[in-house]
Amino acid sequence: MSFQATPRLADGVTVVEISGRILLGEGTARLRQLLRDLLADGHRHILLNLAGVSYIDSSGIGELVSGLAAVRSHGGELKLLHLHRRLRDLLQLTRLYTVFDVHTDEETALRSFR
Amino acid sequence: MALTRRIEVTLETQLDSVDLGEQIALRVAGAAGFDEEERHKIGMAVREGIINAYQYGNRQQRGKKIFLNFELAPDRLIVEVLDQGTGFDLQQIPDPLAEENLLKTSGRGIFLIRCFMDELDVQRGPHGGARLIMTKRYPPHLRSDLKPGPHRETPRRSD
Repeated sequence: MSFQATPRLADGVTVVEISGRILLGEGTARLRQLLRDLLADGHRHILLNLAGVSYIDSSGIGELVSGLAAVRSHGGELKLLHLHRRLRDLLQLTRLYTVFDVHTDEETALRSFR
Repeated sequence: MALTRRIEVTLETQLDSVDLGEQIALRVAGAAGFDEEERHKIGMAVREGIINAYQYGNRQQRGKKIFLNFELAPDRLIVEVLDQGTGFDLQQIPDPLAEENLLKTSGRGIFLIRCFMDELDVQRGPHGGARLIMTKRYPPHLRSDLKPGPHRETPRRSD
């Protein structure tokens, strides 16, 4: 399944429902473009809902890290919501679970931006 | 005597080869009897190996090839990924878990291969380039070298 992203606003936070695969190539390119576009449009508080992400590779992880740095460099925050077990395992293996602010329910995630 | 089966695949240096190589790896791992979780790990390790060959070995140069070999030994699956680059030293790869590397956007592929496979070695290929050799042992109930009685005899396939 190819990468798809649907942004919406909730309590001043841009929540992006992402589904598909974030792999080297189309998936990573589209995630990069998505975050660039959001930042260009002035979005600074971004919550990526990754519940629909079925697969991610090292390039996809790199793109998340790149996105985190880009949002922080604009004075914003990028957080993650609803990680699939394998993605959570990958972030734990790579010690990135401590770098990203990861949430398991949207309400708590939205509150954390305040 | 248990025999070894071997499959050799030559891939073009293009993005599609990453998915193709992974799909082949999943089929081979399935045929070898690995369960779904282990197949996922093997597939991902092979994917990362091919990404390494595509990006850093062959530097996306279309004229170069990536060689993907599978060896179904009696007790383990051995996967080799060879590129036509300049090779690299495994000891020189920065540790992606080090504090100073945590926020780097690349450099996790080799680490993930190590996590997902039982062994990883990097040698110089016969024509230069890097030769990644990754190994995954079969679970005990699948190991023909541990089975009592006569071993399965499978004709060796070699191209």
